[in-house]
Amino acid sequence: MYRYDQFDEAFVRERVAQFRGQVARRIDGALTEDEFKPLRLKNGVYLQLHAYMLRIAIPYGTLSSVQLRQLALIGERYDRGYGHFTTRQNLQFNWPKLRDIPDILDLLADVGMHCIQTSGNCIRNTTADHFSGAAADEVEDPRPTAELIRQWSTMHPEFDYLPRKFKIAVTGAARDRAAIRAHDIGIQVVRHPVSGEVGYRLFVGGGLGRTPMIGKLVRDFLPKAHLLAYLQSLMRVYNLEGRRDNKYKARVKILVHEIGIEEFRARVEAEFAALDPAAIAADPDEVARIEAYFAAPAFATFPADSQRVVADRARDAAFDRWVETNTFPHRQPGYAAVTVSLKPVGGVPGDATSDQMRAVADLADAHSFGEIRVSHHQNLILPHVRQDELHALWTGLVAAGLAEANAGLITDIIACPGLDYCALATARSIPIAQAISRRFGSAERQREIGELGIKISGCINACGHHHVGHIGILGLEKSGQESYQVTLGGDATENAAIGQLLGPGITAEEVPDAIERLVGVYLAHRHDGETFAEAVRRLGIEPFKAGFLAPQPAEAAHAAA
Amino acid sequence: MPLLDAHGYRADPWRRIAAGEPATGDAVLVALADLPAVIAGRSNAQRIGVEVANTVRLPDLSAFLGQLDLVAIAFPAFNDGRAFSLARQLREAGFKGAVRAVGPVIADQFTHLVACGFDEVEVPDAIAARQPEAQWRGALASYGATYQTGYGAGASILERRRALRAGQGAAS
Amino acid sequence: MATTKQKILLPAILLANDLLDGDVVFWTERGWSIDPAEALVAGDEAAAIRLQEVAAAALARGTVVDAYLVDVTLRDDGLPVPNHFRERFKIAGPSIRQDLGKQAAFAHLRGRA
Ligand code: HEM
Ligand code: SF4
Repeated sequence: MYRYDQFDEAFVRERVAQFRGQVARRIDGALTEDEFKPLRLKNGVYLQLHAYMLRIAIPYGTLSSVQLRQLALIGERYDRGYGHFTTRQNLQFNWPKLRDIPDILDLLADVGMHCIQTSGNCIRNTTADHFSGAAADEVEDPRPTAELIRQWSTMHPEFDYLPRKFKIAVTGAARDRAAIRAHDIGIQVVRHPVSGEVGYRLFVGGGLGRTPMIGKLVRDFLPKAHLLAYLQSLMRVYNLEGRRDNKYKARVKILVHEIGIEEFRARVEAEFAALDPAAIAADPDEVARIEAYFAAPAFATFPADSQRVVADRARDAAFDRWVETNTFPHRQPGYAAVTVSLKPVGGVPGDATSDQMRAVADLADAHSFGEIRVSHHQNLILPHVRQDELHALWTGLVAAGLAEANAGLITDIIACPGLDYCALATARSIPIAQAISRRFGSAERQREIGELGIKISGCINACGHHHVGHIGILGLEKSGQESYQVTLGGDATENAAIGQLLGPGITAEEVPDAIERLVGVYLAHRHDGETFAEAVRRLGIEPFKAGFLAPQPAEAAHAAA
Repeated sequence: MPLLDAHGYRADPWRRIAAGEPATGDAVLVALADLPAVIAGRSNAQRIGVEVANTVRLPDLSAFLGQLDLVAIAFPAFNDGRAFSLARQLREAGFKGAVRAVGPVIADQFTHLVACGFDEVEVPDAIAARQPEAQWRGALASYGATYQTGYGAGASILERRRALRAGQGAAS
Repeated sequence: MATTKQKILLPAILLANDLLDGDVVFWTERGWSIDPAEALVAGDEAAAIRLQEVAAAALARGTVVDAYLVDVTLRDDGLPVPNHFRERFKIAGPSIRQDLGKQAAFAHLRGRA
């Protein structure tokens, strides 16, 4: 894992002092609220419904056990003993006091963390595949690239007052687990088909929110050393030409859409041609310095399949189910990457108590080289677990209430905070997630349905990624009531697609039955081994639309009774 | 409006010339539309500056850069960041005169402004009243170094690391 | 939320978030209070306009943020209950965590939808 050197440390301490000063100047009137707001947002401080909210950056979703324990401590000392892991690989605390935030930032700096640029119209926390460095299918670990971008984008003098927020995601594998095409810039580490050189493929103009768009290819192959110069060129085109007359049209996706990807590419290339990439790039020694932090941990050599696990699975059905759903193939024989579900049936998606954070930190020390990841599915990952130790790990997770065997299944629901916390919300999202989770809570039922991603947002901003959910749910207000629109066919992977609306909005109470009907259509029509998403791709939306709109006879009878 | 540079508030030697007004005297600040005529009628060693909106693009200015002592770029709002890129482009194009930010920028932006090539800012009275000189100087002092190479006068963090490595290499 | 809505819905209360701790506060006869039961209820337009003036002055002084009027219905016991569900959640706390927010602190907020 990356560790701050003296320069990173000094830089972050300066930023804490700067924010402390800004809070003091807000209080004494040197800064108006209008001036202070963008400054606090750039430090991750939002005003929510009931309180302030603090968003902590977890760069590319990688955490050490030491950092996770510090987050637990902050949660206890300054919040209400829990935090919310988000789809952007960040952690949010819902109850901090403004006056305490500078002290919280100091505690974060103690463990090499900060809240810089977790909000505001600037380049946000760079996200990456949560299985980076563990996945068997990656060309290269994308995290050194993400760390380079983190540093380069931190308080960039030219790009701190952009037309709108700007999100960059990086993946090192062809299988996209970082939703790169739902980001302003999506970067894929690729190997050149002819030369074999490792470089980048770049997409631009993806984004969700009120005008969802899938990112478009802007550069098929970029040599690694040109990355920062290319990003600088692209950001400059956006900073100068992105719309500022209308907040809802200010994202780069709108610029790309309005001038066309060819014209956008031409402008970026023109800027790029005028720059000297070598003057902007990190030199090879610096790249090597960063890469060294991401070197593989001291793996031992084991057979690919642990006999221990086979035996443990045979005698423990619950463990068996958990291994089946919550482990992921590791590139190192005899190891596995593990999903620690933050989606207990009926629980709040993404929430973890301070005690749970500490439990995961301890288990990471015992079984995963002290390393934890945050996934954009709002779960935690232990990336490097010896298969022989899976049962011991699972036992520890059971004790902490973190062993739900549902990764990727219908109860592994993504939900934004919605109207339970968020000042922008038009409806609640968490209770909807809880109701669906309870409805499909049975382990057998979930397994029978298989892989299915439900994503829920509490307003059009789409923080819950509903557009790219296999089933997406959007909470709106209709005639003074919470009302929910359901979409189908979204996809956040390399098959990125925006879901289509199934019909008019329904009430909160109607949602579980409606999901039930959609699942019914799938189960009735699926081919052998076909997932929900694949079935939707094959069948199209129509049969589901019919199912969505027409209550089953049993329900109709129920309603009539 | 008060004028300020890295040393603090100071008197403004530049005079804005309204459309149609004769551009006589030293240090005249004119609109882009009037610039060709003013340059054509320039008296000896007269300093000429241009004041532009942040929607002006580098090619609109390129032909004049060698003739100008000042480019003043408007900030319609402090969080409209286009001028940061425009100033950078001016510097990358080799402009050696002064670059000024005009409008409601705040002290907290001073480091970024300087890093992007601005020398001075002209702020509304209300901001000057709330944010005295010490706050602007404090803002400049709040950054020891930044990550981006080529922005600002000091060595970037990347350059400092390189220097440190070179030092260690030499010492060992 | 604009403090100057064209049409004022009555009766109304004035709420805001405290600058320093973010808690929702209500304008009362004695200044700001964290208890909605103490909120000053404007029953006519003139009283509501006075509340708007209070909001504007408070925002200018900067001790609170996001101050705006909320139209309410008076419950039998006199508690002003916002007509819009958003403001009801804002006052009560997260519906999924009854142990948090004002609903945990004030008995009069518990046990209603
Ligand atoms: C709770 C306070 C939050 C506020 C005020 C907020 C605000 C917003 C807004 C205004 C947008 C729309 C941006 C646009 O369309 O230009 C947005 C998008 C988004 N937010 Fe949030 N958000 C919040 C929480 C979250 C959380 C908890 C997550 C993660 C679970 C999140 C992740 C995202 C994502 C992934 C998007 C859509 C992707 C995109 O930017 O296009 N946000 N947010
Ligand atoms: S989608 Fe809307 S309700 Fe949900 S967190 Fe984002 S802004 Fe808030």
